[in-house]
Amino acid sequence: MSINWFKYASPATFYPLAGKLIPLFYALAAILTVVGLYISFFVAPTDATQGEAYRIIFIHVPAAWMSMFIYLLMAMWAGLGLVLNTRLSSIMAQALAPTGAMFTFVALITGAFWGKPTWGTWWEWDARMTSELILLFLYIGYMSLTAAIDDVRRADKAGAILALVGAVNVPIIYFSVKWWNTLHQGASVSLTRAPSMAKTMLLGMLIMALAAWMYSIAVALSRARLLMLEREKSTAWAQEVLEQKS
Amino acid sequence: MKPRHKKLLWVLGSLSLLGVATWLVLNALDKNLNYFYSPTQVANHEAPSNRSFRLGGLVVDGSLKRQTDGLTVEFVVTDTASNIPVRYKGILPDLFKEGKSVVAQGKLGADGHFVADQVLAKHDENYMPPEAAKALEDARKINANAGKAPQP
Repeated sequence: MSINWFKYASPATFYPLAGKLIPLFYALAAILTVVGLYISFFVAPTDATQGEAYRIIFIHVPAAWMSMFIYLLMAMWAGLGLVLNTRLSSIMAQALAPTGAMFTFVALITGAFWGKPTWGTWWEWDARMTSELILLFLYIGYMSLTAAIDDVRRADKAGAILALVGAVNVPIIYFSVKWWNTLHQGASVSLTRAPSMAKTMLLGMLIMALAAWMYSIAVALSRARLLMLEREKSTAWAQEVLEQKS
Repeated sequence: MKPRHKKLLWVLGSLSLLGVATWLVLNALDKNLNYFYSPTQVANHEAPSNRSFRLGGLVVDGSLKRQTDGLTVEFVVTDTASNIPVRYKGILPDLFKEGKSVVAQGKLGADGHFVADQVLAKHDENYMPPEAAKALEDARKINANAGKAPQP
C-alpha cells in the first residue's frame, strides 16, 4: 500500500488531518510530562556535587534542545517554501516560530536559575549563553519581520531569508562549549559517546524531551490550522469549514 | 533546468557561502571568544597585563588557605602544566572545591598573584548520585595507595 503524501501538501486535505492528530499529540504530551516529572522529582537521585539544584536539567536541557531543533526545522520549512513555493511550507515555518521562541526563553531563564546556585552568577557573556540569546533575537526578528509585511508572499520570502541566514547560529550554539573555553559545561549527552549521567537521571531527561516534542507538534499544528484558515479564507474548503463552525 | 532547481541552487549556494564567511569570522575572532585564559596562557604572557581578565582552571588539592581576617582566601589554579596563585576577598560559591574547576575574574598583581574580584565555580557535565561519587572517590584512593605502596 502506498500513500500519496503530496495529497497532504494541500491545505484543504491537511486541515482535517491535522485536526485529527492534534488531540493525540496533546494527550501524549500530557502523559509523558506527568511520567517525566514524576521520574525527575521522585525517582532520579540527588546529584553528588550540585545537590537538588541539578533537577532544573529536566526542564532546561529539553527546552534548549527544542530551541535549536525547532529553529532548524523552521529554517528548513522556510527554505522549502522559498524554493518550491508551496503554501503549506511557509505556514509551517510561521507556526513553529513562537514555540521555538518560547523554548529559547525557557532555556535562558532556567539557565539563569541554575547558574546562580551552582556557578554563583545569573548571567555571564560566555559563548554558549550569548549565542543562545542571539537565537532568541532571531526568533523574535523572524516573527516581527513576517508580521510587519502585509503581502503574505513577500512576508514569507523575507522571513525565509532571515531564517536561513540565522541557521548558521545553531551549530555555533551546539559546538560553542567544544570550540572555546566557556563557563557552561560540555554536553552530557551526545551521539559520539556514552552519556555521563546516572541512568534514571538520563531517563527522566529523555522522557521530558519527548514530552516537549509532542507538545511542540501539537501546538505547531494548531497554529498551522489557524494560519491556513486565515490565508485561504476566500477558498471553497475554508468557507465550508467556517460554515460548519458557525 | 526548472526554475525551482535554479532557486534551490541559489539557496544552497548562498548558504554555503554564508557558512564559509561565518567560519572565517569565527576563526579570526578565535581567541577573543574564549571566556577565560588558562594558567599556561597567563604564564606565557598571552593574557592582558594592564586590564582585568578571567582565569580558568582546576583548584590545586590542598592549596586553599584562609587569611586571619576570615574573608581573604588564597588558592592555586592549575591546568596541570602551569600554576597561578590567586588571592580573593569575598564569599566563595557553594560548589567551590579543591580539585574542581573555577573561573576567576581579576588582574595580575605585581607579586605574581592573580587578584580576583569575582570567583565562579564551573561544574562539569557528569551527574551521578552521591553513592556513585563516593564509590569513584574510594576507588581513586585505593589506586593512589596502590601506586604509593612499592615505595618504602
